[in-house]
Amino acid sequence: MSMPNQSSMENSALVENPLSQHGLKALFPKHDIIYLAILAVFLGILLPMTLDIFRLNLVGKYLTYAFVAVGLVLCWGYGGILSLGQGVFFGLGGYCMAMFLKLEASDPESTKIQSTPGIPDFMDWNQITELPWFWEPFYSLPFALIAILVVPTIFAYIIAVAMFKRRVGGVYFAIITQAIASILTILIIGQQGYTGGVNGITDLRTLLGWDIRTDSAKYILYYVNFILLMLCLLAAQFVRKSKLGRLLVAMRGREDRVRFSGYDVSSFKIFVFCLGAAFSAIGGAMFTLQVGFMSPSFVGIVPSIEMVIFCAVGGRLSIFGAVYGTLLVNWAKTTFSESFPELWLFAMGALFIGVVMAFPNGLAGIYKSHIEPLFSRKPKMFEKKPSTPKPASAPEPVSAEPPSIPGSISAMGK
Amino acid sequence: MFADYTSAELLSIFAMQGFAGLILFSVFVLMALGLAIIFGQMGVINMAHGEFMILGAYVTYLISNLFSTYLPSLFGIYFFVAMIISFFAAGALGALVEWSFIRFLYQRPLDTLLATWGLSLILQQIYRSVFGAREVGVTLPDWLMGSVPLTETIEVPINGLFVMGLTIAIAIAVYLLMYKSRWGCQVRAVVQNRPMAAAVGINTAKIDRITFALGCGIAGVAGSAFTMIGSTGPTAGQLYIVDTFLVVVFGGAASLLGTIASAFTISQAQSTMEFFLSGSMAKVLTLLTVVIILMIRPQGLFAMKVRK
Amino acid sequence: MSEKKAAKDFVLAVEGLTVSFDGFKAVNDLSFYVDEGEIRVIIGPNGAGKTTVLDLICGKTKSTAGSIKFRGMELTKMTEHAIVHNGVGRKFQNPSIYEDLTVFENLELSFPRGRSVLGALFFRRDAEVVEAVEEVAETIFLKDQLHTTAGLLSHGQKQWLEIGMLLIQKPDLLMLDEPVAGMSVAERKRTAELLNRITKGRSVIVIEHDMQFVEDIAHRVTVMHQGKTLSEGSMERVKNDPKVVEVYLGH
Repeated sequence: MSMPNQSSMENSALVENPLSQHGLKALFPKHDIIYLAILAVFLGILLPMTLDIFRLNLVGKYLTYAFVAVGLVLCWGYGGILSLGQGVFFGLGGYCMAMFLKLEASDPESTKIQSTPGIPDFMDWNQITELPWFWEPFYSLPFALIAILVVPTIFAYIIAVAMFKRRVGGVYFAIITQAIASILTILIIGQQGYTGGVNGITDLRTLLGWDIRTDSAKYILYYVNFILLMLCLLAAQFVRKSKLGRLLVAMRGREDRVRFSGYDVSSFKIFVFCLGAAFSAIGGAMFTLQVGFMSPSFVGIVPSIEMVIFCAVGGRLSIFGAVYGTLLVNWAKTTFSESFPELWLFAMGALFIGVVMAFPNGLAGIYKSHIEPLFSRKPKMFEKKPSTPKPASAPEPVSAEPPSIPGSISAMGK
Repeated sequence: MFADYTSAELLSIFAMQGFAGLILFSVFVLMALGLAIIFGQMGVINMAHGEFMILGAYVTYLISNLFSTYLPSLFGIYFFVAMIISFFAAGALGALVEWSFIRFLYQRPLDTLLATWGLSLILQQIYRSVFGAREVGVTLPDWLMGSVPLTETIEVPINGLFVMGLTIAIAIAVYLLMYKSRWGCQVRAVVQNRPMAAAVGINTAKIDRITFALGCGIAGVAGSAFTMIGSTGPTAGQLYIVDTFLVVVFGGAASLLGTIASAFTISQAQSTMEFFLSGSMAKVLTLLTVVIILMIRPQGLFAMKVRK
Repeated sequence: MSEKKAAKDFVLAVEGLTVSFDGFKAVNDLSFYVDEGEIRVIIGPNGAGKTTVLDLICGKTKSTAGSIKFRGMELTKMTEHAIVHNGVGRKFQNPSIYEDLTVFENLELSFPRGRSVLGALFFRRDAEVVEAVEEVAETIFLKDQLHTTAGLLSHGQKQWLEIGMLLIQKPDLLMLDEPVAGMSVAERKRTAELLNRITKGRSVIVIEHDMQFVEDIAHRVTVMHQGKTLSEGSMERVKNDPKVVEVYLGH
């Protein structure tokens, strides 16, 4: 190629200063740093100052779902991968934590009335006389902490490799993940001697001797949860702003173009799905710590799809929106189901239909199109308008070819 | 797990469980036929399909009560009346739903999934408000009770045979409608090339609405059949939706024959395993097997290689 | 022995290539060879299997039988991204670009660095990248549009952008599917000039219907009909082949 070289240095403004590359500027362009700060002040200062510990603990519980919602923004909003089985990873993380706490709560001293002292009470009720082998390592806190992250991620990796390497995506992926959520719930409920069955693992008391049920512990756990959520948001922001984030957006519309630009498309999908699973698992573990139990009702189809609506209400393209969406929907759920339980399902159903029909980009979309212009006349960088879907072309009838509906989600190939 | 039984006993067990599985098979087939039309032909993920089925079940329950109160002499035939009304009730609701929001979402299959999930929540709450949270059951007419002894150890329940016959009849009717009638030809034309179909004068909006309504109507009939094997409650439909989707996907979404074959395989596998294992483990194993097979062969059992 | 030698001498050697879809052979026992530095144009009536041949070479479709050797490497067993890494670039029939991203970002994503997950996570936009992007943008007449969202470009500009996205990968074999379809006369002329410029030092396979354009650029022409080679040679020879006139050029 014959090219004059003089122009390259003139436009050096395009080159990001290597020093600031991983600094705040590259990571948080435009308003993002302000949004993060507002969220941090709101969750870290405002709420703890104004709410009593009961309500704050409730917010802490809601925020554990926000981990899932942030993961879904990356998987679904960016990657176009709709998982209806995020409850599986939330649950696995939560159960790993609960197994450690349960073993600590089941020391021979406090369980001496059982026919086999020293094992969790539900095992004793189910005539199990010996701790199952896969419970043994959970005596160790480091092992439990590693398992919280590693077990769900490996599980996600296996699912993702099997599906994405074979170009299964869109609707098929959603249905398979839903089936997996269903299978795991039935399994947990059916194997009550090993899992605590439908009641789950309850009556958790201490973490290395520290009572997690006291008010002061709840404050500390709220802040641990808050800090972990902020770290996850930073990680998500880093992914979003990296070339990988742009590739996900590119893949959602033009998967073939990305593939024939020399990228192994499936490896990016696998990565983002595993990342979402890891976030969910952290949320699940924090749920167990703050609420004091874990049960299959957070694993199955219904909670998994509810977590999708948290993300959709907040805005499937906005990691901050997902946090607000989670808080809003859960606050509404608690309020409604306390005062008008029969209305809650109507409201929830209407929310699903309404968000999809009228606000496909959720709260963040409304904010971007109505409120942000008041502050800034700069062009919106990520405003999505529905463009014409491209005809999907695929080597096989079942394949992961998303017709491009930017701002919306991908579909299966025909 | 087979070691405790003699081979004659095993044969009887397999035969009996096989027949027991037939009703489950019938419900699967009817549910899946409706879903296969909506999903396979239109690309819409109808998560409220189970609630359409339950609508049919509630209609059957109402009709059976009406007959036993006002027309006890005709109680023997109520089931046929109930089936027809179930079909039209579910179909009418389907047409309404298609008109009110599905038609705006044809290009966004995953969004139809979320919207119809919302619909299913609303329908569940309506059922709960109208019929109560308790499950209701219907009384079968005398001629459907009892069973036919085939050999000394093998008996076939009559209602099972009846539902089975009914399912085959409906499956054949759907096949003729989709592949032999002019209307079916139009549906397939719209699916394959919407602008072209519209250009040659097919009213695509009307085709969409009737197709969706037909799928929902068949779910209503499935609900009628369902009253014979289970009691009807507001959330009973949700229990079947995942299984039904797996049946459809496993069969290869666009193939009616595949749907029936896969419904048969899954229901028989589950029913047979239920005898040897607990119900939940049988279900876990069945679903797990299906999921693993789908991971290895994502296009389902019956699928064509298409030039793109 | 002789086959091995042949595969080394040509950039691309396609031999006995066949693909069948449910019994229908879209490409049937096709063989052709592309020389180093050659511009080969494939023409033929609709449905002759031209696009399918490109699909087979770049790995989008798996062949039923036959071999495709690129610089002696067998492509039929490789994954799509590995084929790209080895130097084969492919432009699609309809402009396939990332409409939501800017021209700069479109080219940057195609820059051959950071193609693994970790590589993409820690990819840095340094001087080398910016220089390469600007150089290509100048070549494809989009220097002034670097920060335009790609979806807003004209149809012809989108075609150029996709060509640019291939150029930045510096492929040895460039495959272009109808690069001037939907372009104005002026745009066609600029594209022909662009192709003549960028084909220096690499081999190119072009599918095209526009005969004037084919005459302008082709070194050799392969005429396909019903999945097979009907005729091959210089434009002059092909034009006067009675079989070609009958099935393709005659009307």
